[in-house]
Amino acid sequence: MQKGKLSYRKAIYNALDHVMERDEKVVFMGEDITEYGGAFGVSSDLCRKHPGRVIATPISEGGFTGAAVGLSMTGYRVIIEIMFMDFITLAADQIINHAANVHYMYGGQVKCPLVIRTPAGGYRGYGPSHSKSMENFFMSVPGLKIVAPSTALDAYGCLVSAVYDNNPVLFVEHKLLYNIEEDAYPKRLEAIPLGKARVARAGADVTVVSHSYGVQLSMEAAKELEKEGVDVELIDIRTLKPLDMAAIEASVKKTGRLVYVEEGDTFGGIGSEVVSGIVERCLPYLDGRVLRVGKPEVPIPASMVAERFILPDTGRIKEAVKKSLSWK
Amino acid sequence: MKAQADEFDIFSTMGDLAGKVEEGQGFDILEMYKTALTIRLFEEKVDWLFARGKLGGTTHLCIGQEAVAVGVMEALRPDDYIVSTHRGHGHLIARGAEITKIFSELLGKREGYCKGRGGTQHLSVMPLNFLGTNGITGGGLPIATGAGLSIKLSGEDRVAVCFFGEGASNQGTFHESLNMASAWDLPVVYVCENNMYAMSTRFTKVSRFDDVALRAAAFGIPSVIVDGMDVVKVAENARTMVHKVREGTGPVLIEAKTYRFCGHSKSDARVYRSREQESEWKDKDPLVKMEATLLEKISHGELEHVRRSVKSMIEDSYTEAERGADPDIKDAMEGVYAEREALIS
Repeated sequence: MQKGKLSYRKAIYNALDHVMERDEKVVFMGEDITEYGGAFGVSSDLCRKHPGRVIATPISEGGFTGAAVGLSMTGYRVIIEIMFMDFITLAADQIINHAANVHYMYGGQVKCPLVIRTPAGGYRGYGPSHSKSMENFFMSVPGLKIVAPSTALDAYGCLVSAVYDNNPVLFVEHKLLYNIEEDAYPKRLEAIPLGKARVARAGADVTVVSHSYGVQLSMEAAKELEKEGVDVELIDIRTLKPLDMAAIEASVKKTGRLVYVEEGDTFGGIGSEVVSGIVERCLPYLDGRVLRVGKPEVPIPASMVAERFILPDTGRIKEAVKKSLSWK
Repeated sequence: MKAQADEFDIFSTMGDLAGKVEEGQGFDILEMYKTALTIRLFEEKVDWLFARGKLGGTTHLCIGQEAVAVGVMEALRPDDYIVSTHRGHGHLIARGAEITKIFSELLGKREGYCKGRGGTQHLSVMPLNFLGTNGITGGGLPIATGAGLSIKLSGEDRVAVCFFGEGASNQGTFHESLNMASAWDLPVVYVCENNMYAMSTRFTKVSRFDDVALRAAAFGIPSVIVDGMDVVKVAENARTMVHKVREGTGPVLIEAKTYRFCGHSKSDARVYRSREQESEWKDKDPLVKMEATLLEKISHGELEHVRRSVKSMIEDSYTEAERGADPDIKDAMEGVYAEREALIS
C-alpha cells in the first residue's frame, strides 16, 4: 500500500497504469503524453512503463480521435487525451457522427470502447479558447456517456469503469481538481459504476446538485451555510449521462428545494435538464424557488478579475441556496 | 494546370511500377466481370427503385466506377480491413457482401446488415472486415488510419484499405491521416476514386492540380495513378501496392481516374458538366472493355447467359429483401449503447 495522500492527478495516473498493466489491448493516445508527461502532468512516466502503447500524436485532434475510433472498432480499448476541452471542437465529427453512432447504426455489429479524457474549466486566466466547460454541448449525443468526477477516488473508479465500458465516454477533468487530495491513501481503489450519483454531504434543507469542480465549490458554500443555519444536501452526480435522476429525485422529495451548480453555461446547461426532470417528476414536493448557478452567455475573458465576475463562486451559490428556501 | 509526374521525386519512384507487374497475370477476368456486372445491375435496380419512391433518403450510385472496387478487392485477403465512402455499394459487392442483405439494409428492413438503421451511407459488414460506408466526406480516412494502427500494434501483416473521393482530399482529415500513417509507417492503402466532381464542384476549381496523388508526395507516401476504367490495370497496381504495404514499408496511395456515369445523388440534373464529356467517358465503360476481352475467349451466347443469370440473381435478391420484416419500435429504440464488461477493480 502506498503512503501519503492521493491526488486527483495521481488517481487518474493510477487508473491508466492499472488498466494498461492489466490489459495489453489498452492504448493511450494524445499530444505530448510521452516524455513530456502530458500538458497537466497526468501521464508522467506511463510511456516508459507501457512502451508502444502510449502514443504521442501530432496536433491533429480530428485525425487522432478518428484513428482512435478505428482502433477501438478493431479490438482495442483506447483512451485519448484532448489537451484542453476547448479543442474538442476539432474532434467533434469523429465523436458525434462516428464514435457515438457506430454501435447503433451498424446494428450492434461493432463496439467503440473509447475514453476521451479532457481537462476543462476556468479560474486560471487562460481566456476564451482554453477555459470552457463544454459538457453540456455533448448531452444530446445518443450513444455517448459523460463522466465528470470531483474527487480523486471517483476519478480513479470512474476512469477504470469508463475504460471497461464498451461505449465512448467523455471523461471531464477540471484543471483545478488535479491537485486536490484524499485525506488518506485508500486501502483499495475500486471501480465505480457509471450512472450512480453520490451524496457528498447529507442535509435536510436544500438539495444542491453539481458535478466536477462545482462540487468542491458547493461543499465550501455548504460548510459556510451550516454556520448560518442552512443544512445543505450536496449531490455529486459524477456521471452526467446516463444521469441518476432517481438520486436527485429522492433528495428533492426530502428537502423540497433544488439548486444546480455548474461552471458551464446556465442556458442549455446540465442544470436545465436536471430542473426540467425534477419539475416533471416531483413538482408537488417543491417548497421554494428552483435555481441554477452557472455561467452567463459570455466568452470567458482572459483577465482573472473579469473571469471571476463570470464563473460561479461560493458567494453566488450561497445566495442561490438562501433564495431557494422560499418562493420570494 | 497539370503537373507532370516526373517533376516529383517521390512520385516518380513509383512511375516504373507498371514494369514490375506481369500484365494481367493470374486474374480471372470472367469472375471480375461478373462482380462488376453485379454492381452495375444492382445500382441500376437501386436507381429504378428510387425513381419509383420505394427507397427513402438519398443514394449515391457508382455506375462507371465499378472497375476500381473490383480491381482493388482482387488484391486483398479476407482479413484485410476496408473503409468505404458514401458511394460504397460497389465496394460492398466487390468485397462479397450478400446482395439480399444490402437491399434489405437500403429498404430499412430488419434483415439488413445493420438492421435497417444504417442504410446506404452507414453500412458495415464486420464478418468481412468491412468497417463501413460513411456519410461524412473524409470521415473514413482517420478510421482506416486507426485500423492500420491496430494492425501495426498487433504485429500482423494485414492491410487497411481506405476508399475516398478526390473531394475528401480537401478535408483536414485527409492531411491529418496521411501524415499520421506516414509518420508511423502504418499499413494503409489509400485509394482515391477521382471522378473529378465533388457533388457539382470540379476538383480543378478548388485545387491547383488535377492529381490527388501529388499530395501524397508531401507526406513521403509513394503513389501511383491508374486508369480507373480498366479493371486489370487497377488490379495489377493494387496487387503491387498491397504487397508493398504488407511488407511493412508504410502507407501508399493509389489514385484511380474514373467517372460516375450518373449524377452525384438521386436529385442531380448534372448542370455542371457537359453531355459531350459524359459521352467521352462512357466510351471508356469498364464493363464494355471487359466484355471485349472476354469475347476473345467466350461466345456472345455465353456472355449473354452470364448477363441473364446476374440479372435474375439481382431481381430474386430484391424480391426476397422486399419480403423482409419492417423494424418495430423495439428495434428502433434498442442498441444505442453496447453492453458493458463486468466491472473490474
